[in-house]
Amino acid sequence: MNFKNGSELEALCMETGKSMAQVCIEREVELSGRSEENIREEMKLNYVVMKNAVERAKNETLHSMGGLIGGEAQKLHARMQSGKTVCGTRISKAMAAAMGVMEVNASMGLIVAAPTAGSCGILPGAVLTTAEAYGWDEEQILDALFVAGAIGLIIMRNATVSGAEGGCQAETGSAAAMAAAGIVSVLGGSPRQALDAAAVALKNVMGLVCDPIAGLVESPCQKRNAIGVANALLSAEISLAGIPSIVPFDEVVDAAYRVGKKMPMELRETALGGLAATPTACSLCSRIYN
Amino acid sequence: MAAKNLSVFDAIGPRMVGPSSSHTAGAARIALVGRKIVKGRIKEVQFFLHGSFSKTYKGHGTDRALLGGILGYSTEDPRIVDAYAKAKEEGISYSFIPTDLGDDYHPNTVKMLITNEAGVQVEVIGESIGGGSINIVQLNGLRVEFTGEFYTLIVKQRDVPGVAAHITQCIASEEINVAFMRIYREEKGNVAYTVIEADEEISASAVEKIKEKRDLIKDAFIVSLR
Ligand code: SF4
Repeated sequence: MNFKNGSELEALCMETGKSMAQVCIEREVELSGRSEENIREEMKLNYVVMKNAVERAKNETLHSMGGLIGGEAQKLHARMQSGKTVCGTRISKAMAAAMGVMEVNASMGLIVAAPTAGSCGILPGAVLTTAEAYGWDEEQILDALFVAGAIGLIIMRNATVSGAEGGCQAETGSAAAMAAAGIVSVLGGSPRQALDAAAVALKNVMGLVCDPIAGLVESPCQKRNAIGVANALLSAEISLAGIPSIVPFDEVVDAAYRVGKKMPMELRETALGGLAATPTACSLCSRIYN
Repeated sequence: MAAKNLSVFDAIGPRMVGPSSSHTAGAARIALVGRKIVKGRIKEVQFFLHGSFSKTYKGHGTDRALLGGILGYSTEDPRIVDAYAKAKEEGISYSFIPTDLGDDYHPNTVKMLITNEAGVQVEVIGESIGGGSINIVQLNGLRVEFTGEFYTLIVKQRDVPGVAAHITQCIASEEINVAFMRIYREEKGNVAYTVIEADEEISASAVEKIKEKRDLIKDAFIVSLR
């Protein structure tokens, strides 16, 4: 049981009648020689680290290494308490979780790269908040993470998830695609709908450049994790409403890869272009390193 | 674009102390391999930081991650944050020296000079190639190549006929499946290194067996990250 792309994954699900999560787990069992139980246990370890990171940022004031971020999750929670959110509680919570996990990351706390450290807030933000809203049990949460992982490894195989290679679309775009597919799948969407949600999420940020201020995983990274959860949730909603992606997932992945290849080096993590090259960023840079 | 079969845990993972898989997690792993190469207690370590490592190491905690690796911490060990204090506690002196190793090296490279209690020094150069993956590219001035992801055995040997046969025999008698085996020779002198990467754990008894031929084998040790 193996798949190289989205359409092979979909075909396997249709042939066997198994869920995307199950197909992903069985593939893992075959390739690694580990038991299903063992593989679920490993994913649970990841889940626990994600959950703890979300909680930590809610309760602690964190200070990032570069000093550009810290305290954002608490501010968003304070605003939620006031009952006046613009986005509604669900998105606000998801956004707070994502930005919080990025605070944990930037202050040398424990996180799970998903798919990278720079995009580590999106999957926990989107999936754990949805899980809470729908009252998912642990098995459902792990299923969502396995589906997300399947999407992630397909993108890694056929394109890239590295900002240095493909820009921020490759990092925060992939993370949003992973989360969207996981959510759609557990909420009863078909494999095609899950893939479509991933396609939509990736399309929404196609061409997004990687331009971290001072080369650090803080700004704009943290806020792109906030938009990343929103992207994941909106894409899931679009797909679950029965609105298909006009361009199928595998073609979107390929397009994103080509766009990334065309990006100049300055816009791929080198901190030489985009926001990183603004006067403000340059003065912050000399403050941080001198 | 990788052709190998990726695991779902390549996409969701590793669990790591932030903020960067290449500048933090990868750095810790390089130093952890360095620690395994040195015998006995470490007294001193000098880190020569090359490329992006030299420019952004403070903001990425690369320094603490490297020191953490020297202290034996894995990428997910929260003690990495306090590596400076812990190193002092253990009486390890350290320094970080921005340097330029030249264009032949990956932008995220560190050269480590590690000295143990007995005054023996080893030099290890490692590259952090993305996503927390690493390559060890130089050992005591000799070009090598291994990742630490397999079960890895390094043998330091006299460069004379028969040594490779002796090593393979010992490994084969333990029914260990070898993925890669390479021999690296020093230009001068008659020392060579054999690096063996295996899918299964290389037992202590296999290592002891290899070392039995004292006239041929100077040393043998396991350096895997598993
Ligand atoms: S801007 Fe670059 S470093 Fe920051 S999240 Fe996006 S891809 Fe990662």
